[in-house]
Amino acid sequence: MGTFEFLLQGILIAAQPMNLLYALIGVTLGTAVGVLPGIGPALTVALLLPVTYKLDPAGSLIMFAGIYYGGMYGGSTTSILLNTPGESASVVTALEGNKMARAGRGGPALATAAIGSFVAGLIATLGLAFIAPFVVKFALSFGPREYFALMVLAFVTVSAAFGDSTLRGLTALFVGLGLAIIGIDQQTGQARLSFGIPDLLDGIEVTTLAVAMFAIGETLFVACQGDRIPDKVEAVKGSVWMSAQDWARSWKPWLRGTFIGFPIGAMPAGGADIASFLSYSTEKQFSRHKEEFGKGAIEGVAGPEAANNASAAGTLVPLLSLGLPTTATAAIMLAGFQQYGLQPGPLLFATNPQLVWGLIASLLIANFMLLVLNLPLIGLWVKLLTIPKPWLYAGILLFATLGTIGANPSVFELGMLLVFGLLGFAMRIFGYPIAPVVVGLILGPMAEQQLRRALAISQGDVTTLFMSPIAAVLFALAFLAVAVPLVLRARGKGEVLSQFAANED
Amino acid sequence: MSEVPSSHVPSSHGKRRPDRAALAIAPVLFILAGIIWWDAGRLAEMSNYSRIGPATVPHVVAIGLALLAIWTGFEAWRGDFPEREPIEVQPVVMIVAGLAGQMLLLKAAGFSIATGVLFALTAFGFGRRKLWISLPIGIVFSFVVYIIFGRFLQLSLPAGPLEHLFF
Repeated sequence: MGTFEFLLQGILIAAQPMNLLYALIGVTLGTAVGVLPGIGPALTVALLLPVTYKLDPAGSLIMFAGIYYGGMYGGSTTSILLNTPGESASVVTALEGNKMARAGRGGPALATAAIGSFVAGLIATLGLAFIAPFVVKFALSFGPREYFALMVLAFVTVSAAFGDSTLRGLTALFVGLGLAIIGIDQQTGQARLSFGIPDLLDGIEVTTLAVAMFAIGETLFVACQGDRIPDKVEAVKGSVWMSAQDWARSWKPWLRGTFIGFPIGAMPAGGADIASFLSYSTEKQFSRHKEEFGKGAIEGVAGPEAANNASAAGTLVPLLSLGLPTTATAAIMLAGFQQYGLQPGPLLFATNPQLVWGLIASLLIANFMLLVLNLPLIGLWVKLLTIPKPWLYAGILLFATLGTIGANPSVFELGMLLVFGLLGFAMRIFGYPIAPVVVGLILGPMAEQQLRRALAISQGDVTTLFMSPIAAVLFALAFLAVAVPLVLRARGKGEVLSQFAANED
Repeated sequence: MSEVPSSHVPSSHGKRRPDRAALAIAPVLFILAGIIWWDAGRLAEMSNYSRIGPATVPHVVAIGLALLAIWTGFEAWRGDFPEREPIEVQPVVMIVAGLAGQMLLLKAAGFSIATGVLFALTAFGFGRRKLWISLPIGIVFSFVVYIIFGRFLQLSLPAGPLEHLFF
């Protein structure tokens, strides 16, 4: 069967009423959390994991993917109206979008963001559907050492390649890898770093870590800054519809943003924030209205918003076809798969095609839902922005602890939540990125397994890792991903890279 | 902390002072590396064809952390860490107290009351100081959440006196 038949089958699965409902819940929640400053899609999926424990796998995965897409849509609203990005990929949108809103052009800014997200989401999801099978075919030839090399590359790109410091990125990664060691060794059954505490034998839960670092760490960080930043919500004045000129200036940035965002998401090269920054600088170069940049150029909203949605879809390529998460949200979605005993990767396409294609097709449907949710219903989401901070963060902590209590109502688990929350807080203060810790925790044991398999085959000979051409190329890329930014920073060109910082979602 | 104008001078001028708080990170990383190394040392090596076993990766991670500790010490000494905004301690203490309170009260007082305490203290940390208003709001809100998630979605949330009153 070709991709088309699979996709048609997938649409039939996704169009089942229950799955449509899950998709709707997902995109609605996703938009809501995207809009709320302080919580992103990674956190929401982490919060929902324990709650969805008893639901059926296809439905909850459709919901998670809906949250991911919805978060990307919703983030733009906050950026445009509040000048505080709702999630990290929308930082650039705030640059031009908020200026447009202040000039009374908030409506068209929201419209170009939503329609751009729609166009990008549609094209990129189709891209996912057509590229993933090729990656799967390619990946079938992968042995343990190729997988290990791929994971090393993912580690490096998530932690060191972008952001403002190689040191802090790598440190965050190694903290995650250290936490990943805790628990029973999968191959020999020996307890590692558990200090005789039974609760530690199962290892650290990815959801506990993610909720603690994203929700509690972020809440503490916002609280410690006091009332320094006054929030002002710009009212949406005038029509939300775009004029003919707006359309003319938007459609090319949408397409360019899509073609920048999708590959960046699909290659293990980092998250949506990188894509949106690249798109922004591209639009600045191409624009015939350069003088408007910094004062509210519509291209500067259209391009980056398309790019961040396209890269969200792109991220699903390595996640579904290789089992490789390249962003924090993808890492937690991987934990979601594992919760149901599913391991994303080439085999999943063979053993469970209904699930994979149902998921991909549901993303197409989710995109249509999001367009409706975000244009006619925009007023509803704006109301969310007016929730006072004390109630908002009190509510966030309520739901953050709810998930952990629901999964494991023990004092020890809540204690870990608090400890990791404080760790996340300290890391934020000192400018450490959070995503590498989460990715290290979930990908660490997988990388270890592949490494030990590869070395067992070669009877302990380390050089075998570099003997396969594919693995050698991947290792070389990983090396470059550490070395090039180091050299660039040393030569004082680090600003470009630090713009790509904060790979949170 | 470093609010003197000179701190805006780029690092290339080499006039930044050692960042003491950041300097403290280095020994912490070093201790972590030590713990991981020590723990790996007591793992019995299963004799295999290879020398690869459960201790291999912990050793690699420990070495990595130790190297990063040295690098951190070096960067902190040169003052290469980003500038930090001054921190308000009181809100942080309130929120941590809320989380600790919830943790300790959960078994005895049940989900709604324990989480209500967390809710009220978090709001306090963000400037809503009227606990006689926020505590009841928090408990009622938590109770609604308990009904939705504990009753309808079958999440196992600990029940206390308040929950037993109704169910």
